[in-house]
Formats: sequence, structure tokens, C-alpha cells
Amino acid sequence: MLSIVTFLPLLVCAALLLWPRTLPDLAYTWAWIVTAAVDLALVIVLWVGFDSHGGMQYEQRVRWIPGAGVGYHVGVDGLSLPLVALTCLLFLAVAVYSLRETRRVRPYVCLFLFLQTVSLGLFVALDLILFFVFFDLSIVGMFFVIAGWGHGERARAAALKFFLYTFTGSLALLLGFIGLYLAADPHTFDIVDLTRTDPLAGRGLYAGLVLLAIGVGLAVKTPTVPFHTWLPPAHTDAPATGSAILAGVLLKMGTYGFVRIAMPLLPGTWRHYALVITIIGVVSVVYGALVALAQTDFKRMIAYTSVNHMGYIVLAIGAAGTLAGSDAQARSLAVTGAVTQMISHGLITGALFLLSGVLYDRGQTYAIGAYSGLAAHTPRFAAVTAVAAFAGLGIPGFSGFIAEFQIFTGSLASQAIATAIAVTGILITAALFLRALRAMFLGAPRLPQAISAAGVTDLRSSEAISSVSLLALALAIGVVPRWLLDVIEPASRAVIGLVAR
Amino acid sequence: MSVLLWLLIALPLGVGALLGSAGTRVNRSAPALGTAAALATLGLAVASAVTRPRASAPLFAGMRAGLAVDGLSAVMVVTVAAITTAVLAFTAGEFSTKENRGRFFGLMLLFAGAMLVTVTATTLPVLLMAWEVMGATSWALIGHWWSRSEPVRSADVAFLTTRAADLGLYLAAGAALAGGIGSLRLDALPRTASPWLHVVTAGVVAAALGKSAQLPFSFWLSRAMRGPSPVSALLHSATMVVAGAYLLLRLHPLLTVTGWAGPFVAWAGAATALLLGVVAVAQRDLKQLLAASTSAQIGFMVLAAGTGGIAAGTTQLVAHAATKAGLFLAAGAWLTALGTKQLPALRGAARRYPLVGACFLIGALTLAGLPPLSLWASKDGVLAAARADNTGLYVVGLAAAAVSAVYSVKAAWYVTRPLPDEVEAGYDTEQPGTRHVSRAVAAPLCVLAMAAAVLGVLSLPGPAAWLKGLLAAPHEPAPAPWELGVSAAVALASAGLAWRWRARSRPVPVWHAVVRGARQWLYLERAAHVVVVRPLLGLARALAVFDDRVVDGAVRQIARCALAAARIAQRLDDGGVDAAVHAVAAGARNLGRLARRPQTGLLHQYYAQAAVGFAALTLIVLLVR
Repeated sequence: MLSIVTFLPLLVCAALLLWPRTLPDLAYTWAWIVTAAVDLALVIVLWVGFDSHGGMQYEQRVRWIPGAGVGYHVGVDGLSLPLVALTCLLFLAVAVYSLRETRRVRPYVCLFLFLQTVSLGLFVALDLILFFVFFDLSIVGMFFVIAGWGHGERARAAALKFFLYTFTGSLALLLGFIGLYLAADPHTFDIVDLTRTDPLAGRGLYAGLVLLAIGVGLAVKTPTVPFHTWLPPAHTDAPATGSAILAGVLLKMGTYGFVRIAMPLLPGTWRHYALVITIIGVVSVVYGALVALAQTDFKRMIAYTSVNHMGYIVLAIGAAGTLAGSDAQARSLAVTGAVTQMISHGLITGALFLLSGVLYDRGQTYAIGAYSGLAAHTPRFAAVTAVAAFAGLGIPGFSGFIAEFQIFTGSLASQAIATAIAVTGILITAALFLRALRAMFLGAPRLPQAISAAGVTDLRSSEAISSVSLLALALAIGVVPRWLLDVIEPASRAVIGLVAR
Repeated sequence: MSVLLWLLIALPLGVGALLGSAGTRVNRSAPALGTAAALATLGLAVASAVTRPRASAPLFAGMRAGLAVDGLSAVMVVTVAAITTAVLAFTAGEFSTKENRGRFFGLMLLFAGAMLVTVTATTLPVLLMAWEVMGATSWALIGHWWSRSEPVRSADVAFLTTRAADLGLYLAAGAALAGGIGSLRLDALPRTASPWLHVVTAGVVAAALGKSAQLPFSFWLSRAMRGPSPVSALLHSATMVVAGAYLLLRLHPLLTVTGWAGPFVAWAGAATALLLGVVAVAQRDLKQLLAASTSAQIGFMVLAAGTGGIAAGTTQLVAHAATKAGLFLAAGAWLTALGTKQLPALRGAARRYPLVGACFLIGALTLAGLPPLSLWASKDGVLAAARADNTGLYVVGLAAAAVSAVYSVKAAWYVTRPLPDEVEAGYDTEQPGTRHVSRAVAAPLCVLAMAAAVLGVLSLPGPAAWLKGLLAAPHEPAPAPWELGVSAAVALASAGLAWRWRARSRPVPVWHAVVRGARQWLYLERAAHVVVVRPLLGLARALAVFDDRVVDGAVRQIARCALAAARIAQRLDDGGVDAAVHAVAAGARNLGRLARRPQTGLLHQYYAQAAVGFAALTLIVLLVR
């Protein structure tokens, strides 16, 4: 079942490629929409059948390269199932948004279908090599999306930077995985087995180096300060759909790697370096927010808020590794908050990036200063963006608050100073979103010079459906979060138990 | 039972969300729908005040979303719902169909709904949620006229200031959990373990002072005036600003157990009551005057919370809510009709529109603390609690009461002047006036004025005992008769003095800088700008440059180094490895050329070579042996 969910998009991708090229562009997009919808429906079926206290479920284990200890092992638990669902939903939203795409639609659709399989595969993978393969393939897929459908020549440079930077990170990750493999007896790459045996317990420096390698690899992907500088150009020059997937799904691969691999497989080392991780998190929070505040480009600003939002996650998992001063409730709250933040950020920032795509489509620029009073021309667009911005600044009623409240409350006990500093992040984020809203949407109407007022249309239905549906889910999580937290909480308690070993 | 409570909050929030998202599409029906929803909410509020429902639902691990109506909440929900109903009924007559009425009424209901959740919350997470939603909706309401830059900027200032203070509640939640209160129940907070107890208290106090526009956060309230008058009327009376005072009244046990927090809060309240009163006196804009007076009057509630005067603070809150809502609505009616809210331009406004004028006058005299109106009695309750605690607080409070008479009389004096001859000259300076007060505004204004006048009965011995029982504060000090007399005398004397000053129209003998400072709200906003905003923006810009040049610069440098290394490797490869291969080949070729030399094909040369060879061999053999 899980493998069907994972590989369905790839199958459709292959079928579309093999089909004669006679299909109209829209047929490809609709094929994609149907595939994404079916995949989402399948995940909902999985969700309904999921027992939140049952640990790892829907497992499937097939021999692949037994000589090297590599197997095809997939499964979902409370950490990965929400991310799998988020992936399917985001790809569906992006597919709907892409109804207006006209440039080389066939390869575009196939590339995104490929990316969906890769993303789903990563979240269900329970084997380090399988994880690594999907991790690297995601970089490849996104490279082509940015280079092929981004904004001109700069996009190719940004894509190259993105590829080289994150690829280098993935090499560090591979090094760490091999370190784990060599330490395990018998040698294996299986995550479940490695979690059980804790092969690096008491291996001081060696374990530290393995965590360093894995940590750097994941930190590049997440990204945390100081490994984040590939992100702003990649986002700024990527197409809106690429940005939404990059921020919504690909960044989660890094944070998910922390809770799936780094924490349970290296518990002692994680606890030992928890303070370092917390500090990196706090710096990402404040630094990301401050740099975002100084941006003059709307999309670049949102990109930097991603650094800020990912920082909260790193702070929480760092605090969850600090046993002193905190009880299990606080630490589990922090991890639940971190996982909720992954979902929340995917929904809200995904919507914000899609909306920034609308902005570019209408005005051909992301410069905040080029617009003023857009609400007069595009009231619906302004309203949806305002809602998304407030969701992004963590207003209660949306998922961001549910995530951040848990993170702060759960982290304060063990990392009081760091958390107190990090809390200011939500104030700076509020300032930057309000500033952007005021400058672009409110005040006296003024458009970029090249654009005539008559040419500016309000949110079209495909754009509205895609962004509003994401925000609606963020609202649902924000108002009645239990259906999501019921799934995440047992899993985060399990992670806490593993880290405290 | 709990259904009632869920309905109480779901009705305004749900209808508000629907109206808000429908926007202009429901422009025609929005006022009726909004007012009806508010009226229904009032009914539910009264019902829940009587039946005292409780409700809760799981929220986070170990923390529930708890709601309950106890004595204090009962008073609050009825006050909030009643004021909201009055304000929305007024708005229905005020707002033309050119406005986006769906959005406005929707947001107003959301705003009031958030306040209802705030005052019924029994756990910190729910309280914080409602607290912040209230802030966000206030942003949208203050910035209702979004096409003008000034209201929007003011909305930003208001939201960011209150959110800065709200961070205290986030920290308080974490500290409570760290201090062993896993449920985050409000009534359990005083049991937090010791070092964390102080963090919880400090966080709560900071958030409350910020929301209630106490010093040093007061300036956001001045900014909040840029919104439509109904917003001011609701925001300044029963919602938003009083949320902080409510929280302090609710968490009074927390203030008591820490020792330092009670006096701190009391002094903060007293200082605000006095200083912001002075600010109010200096204002020339009616809405600004009322805004500063709100801060000052809430200072009395905060003072009461700090000194344990729960019933007194609650009475003050309710009486002030009715008074201030009425005053703002009257100011709003004039603003709509005359297009100005400048006091000199409003001369004679009360004579021109006598009904509005009468209601305003009742409100102003109540605000002045004149006997027997409500704020006179409620303020004495506050002062009695303060005197029981600390005489210094009592004296400052009394001084603040005197100041409140001065600013109220100032407003009343202007609007009751005879209409000047060139009256139209001062009009329409802020917006085009309609020269017409809608008939629909009469009912809400009258109701609020009546309430303002008579709510003082809550301070009479009988009702006061009932209220104290309701709030579970039976041993609160009641004002002694001489105290009532003193405060009445102070209010009457300062009101009389103020009137005489005005009548003589001589400049008040005060230092000019003081007047300017008071008119500028003690330069609080400028200070916040200089101390916080500007350094932060500077830091942000510097970090952005640092990010581009240093962090990303290092990455680019590494890439450049890699390219340079590649070039060196290329040179090594071409000039080293490949050159060596070439050299070997060339050497072999040269050796071959050398080897070909002896092969001449001439036999005698071969013989000669052989002879030399043998000779050499013989020589070697001989030498070796």
C-alpha cells in the first residue's frame, strides 16, 4: 500500500513519457491533478486505518542489496504520516496552481510527478541508503525545476548553486550513514535495526564525528544558519510551484532527518551536543527573522522567514535533548511542536509562495517597493495574502501558533535563555509581515510602471483554490488540532524515550 | 450546560468569520445580521451568567482548553456582550453602504468573540489564543480605512506594541510548565515552583500592562484612535484594553504570592492614572483626550488589582466600559456629522445635536468622578483598597481622580460653548461631514449614558455585598463615608477650578515643555522608536549585508577556491604529469636514436667495436679479480 502511494506518481510519469506526444498541454496537467488527488485519497485511507499508538505501520521489507546491508524497507509512524499527507496535499495544490502553466508542460508535469515519488519515498524510507537515494534525487529534480522554469539566466545560476551546495551536504550525510553502518554489528543500514541497537552508544569522538557529518548534511537541507545562503536565490528565482515544493516539502527532509535519524540513532551524542544544536536553532530564529526584516524583495523575505521557522524546529529538538530541568511532558511537547511546525510551515509558506507567484505574474517583479495599495485592484488577492501573512506570523487560529506555542512551552524548562531569545522571533516576524502588507497592499494604489491597471486581474480560481485550501487546513489545525496531535504525540513520546536512553 | 458556553463563543466568532469573508457581498444585511448576532450573544451571556456553565476540550498533551463562567467572568461576559450590542447598533446607523460593512461587522464580532473567550478561559493556552486573536483583529479594525497610510501605520504600531508585551504570556506558559503546572490552569498558576513563579508573574504582568496600555506601553492607544469611532468605542471600553486589567484581577492570587508583583502593579496603575490623566488634559483632539483618559481610568483598575480590590476594580471596569463606550460613540457621531474631532472646532457641538450632547455630557460628568455618578463610587472603592494597602498609593490615586475631573470638564466645556459665528470653518478638517446624526444612534447612546450614570449602585452597600459574594472577595475594604466625602470634594473642586480656568480663557500657568510633552503622550512612542525600533532595523540591515557579503561570501569564496584549485590541478596535470609522460616518451625516442647510431652496416666498424668491447671486458675481468 505504502509503495503504491509512493510510486504511483512515478508510474504515471513513465506512462506520460511513453505516450505519444499528441496530448494537449492541459491533458498532462489534468493527469497530474488526478494522480495527486488519488494519491491524497490513498493517504487519507492510510490515515483512517492508522493506529496512533501502534508505532511503525504499513511496513514493507524487501531484500535489495543484502551484501551491503541495504534493503527496501518502508513504513510510517506518527512522525512521517503527517509529512506524507502534507506532501500529497502540497503536490495537489501545486498541480491545481499549474493549470495556467504553458511552458513545456509535458516535462514539467513529469518532473513534478517524479519529485512527488521522491519526496514520498524519503518520508517512508526506513533504510539509510534508501533515504539517501531519495534525498539526492530530490536535489536533482528540483535543480531541473529551477533551471528550466525559473526566472531567466539568474535561475540557472541559482539552480547550480542550490545543486552544488545541497549535494555537498548530502555527501556529508552519506559519510555519516557509512559511519553508522560500520559501527553496527551486524553491519546494516536499516533504520529500525539501528534504532534498536544504538550502535554508537559510548563511542565518544567517533559518535561525535558521525553526528557532525549527519548534522551538517541535514542542516544544509533544512537549512540552518550558517548553511542557508543557497535558499534565498533558489527561492527568488524558482517558479512559484517550485518554491512551494522546495519550502513545503524539501526543507522538511532536513528537519525530518533530525527526528527520524539523528535523534533516535545517536541518542547519547545528541544529548551531549544538545546545547550546540539549541544555539544553532536560536541563531537561525533570530538571524533569519532579522535578515528577513531587511529584505526588499517579497519572495526573498519569505525565504528568510523559512530560515526563522526552521530555527524553531531546531531549537525544539535541541531542547528535547536536554534532560536536565525538564520532564518528559515538556520534552514531548517540544518534539510535537517541532513536527507540527513542519506541517504548519509547509501549508502556510507553501501558500505564501504560491501567492508570491501570483504577484510576479501580475507585476513581473517581487520588489516590495514597486507596489502600493494593491488591495484596490485585487481585493481577494490582498485578503488571502493578509490571512496567509497573519498565519505566517503565528497568530492563534492557525497551525503556526499550535506549533510555536508547544515549541516555546516545551523548550523553556530546559533551555530558558535560548527560548526567551527565540520568542522575540515571533515579534520580528510580525513586524516584517505587517511592513510588507502595508507597503504592497495597503495605502494609495500604485503599480509597477510597466503594468497598466486594467491588466491586473484578481486571484483566478485555480490560484485561489490552491492557496486557500492550504490555508483552510492550517486553520483547521489551528482551531481543532487534536486530530493531528493525536497522531504525532505518541510518536514524539517514543522519540523522547529513545533520546533519553 | 457546556453547550451554552460553546454557543456563547461560537456564535460571535462563527457569524463574524462568515460576515468577514463575505465582505461587500453582504453589505446590505451585515448591520442587521451583526447586531442580531450581538444581541443573541448578549442573551447567551446573560444565560451563562446565571447558569455558570463550564466546558473543556483536550488541546495539547496534558493541557486542556478550558472555559468557565464564574463570578468575575459572569460580570465580564455580560458587559462585553452588552457593550458590543450597543456599539454595533450604533454602527448600523453610522456606516454608509460605501464601506465594506461585511468585513467591518465581521471583524467586530470576531473581536468581541475573542474577548469573550479571554474572559472565560480557565487555562493559559486558550487565554493566550484569544488574547492574540484580539490583537490581530484590532489591527484589521484600526486599519479599516486601509487606503490611507496613517491608519494602517497606526494599526501596525498598536499590534506590534501589544504583541511585544504578549511575549510575556508565551514565557509565562513555558515557565509554568517548568514550574510543575503541567495543566497550565489559571487557578493553579500561584502554585508554580519558586524560581519559575517569578517568571510566570513577570510575564503575566508585562502582557497585562501592554494590553491595558499602562506605562510604558500607553502610546499604542493613541495610535488606535486612527480607526473608526465604533472601533474606539468597543476597543476602549469592554474589550482589548480592559483585558489586561481583567487578567490582573483574575490572577490576583499570583500577584499576592510573589510579594513584589502586587505593589509593582499597583504603582504602575497609579502612575498611569496620574500621568496619562495629565496627558489627557493636554490633548486638543477629543478622541485623543478620551484615549488618554482610558489609559488613566484603567490605571485605577490595575491599581485595584495590585492592592486586592477585586470587587472595586470590577465595578470600575464595568462602569468605565459603559461610560467610555458612550463617550466614544458621541464623539464618533460628531465626527461623522461635522468632520472634525478637534476640541476647538467642536464648540457648541452639544447644542447643535442636543441628544448626543446630553449623552456626552452625562458621560463626561461620570468620567469626572462627580457624585453621585458611577465612576465616583467605583473609584472610591478602588481608593479604599489602595488606602488599606499603602497611603502613598491613596494619595496618588486621589490626585489622579482630581486630574480626571479636569480633563472631563475640559471636553464638556468645549462642546457646551455657544455656537460660534464662523462655526463651519473648523469643520470637515478630517473627513467630509454629513451634518446629520442618524436616528439609529439615539437608542444605544441613551442606554449607555443611563448605564454610566446608574452603575454606581453596584457600590451601594447592598449590591456591593452581593458583588463581593459573586467575586468571592467578601473581606474587601469598603470606602468609609469620609473617603466618599473627600473624593467628592476633590472631584467637585477640581472640576470647578477647571471650569473657571476655561471660562477665563487664560493660558494655564504651566511650563510649556510639560504641555508639549503631555500632548505628545510623554514622547513614549518616540522613545520606543529610538530605543527599540531603530536599533533593531539597523541591526537587521547590517545582518542582511553580513549575510550577503560574509556568510554567502564565504560560500562563494569556497567555490572560487575550488575553481582555483581545479586550475592549479589542471596546470599540474598539464605541466607535471602529462609533461613527465611526454618526457619519458621523448627520452625513449632519444635513446632509440642513439641506439641506431652504431648500426652503420660497415663490417670494419663492427670489428672495431667488437675489439673495443672485448678489450673493455678483459680489463673489467682483470680488475675485478
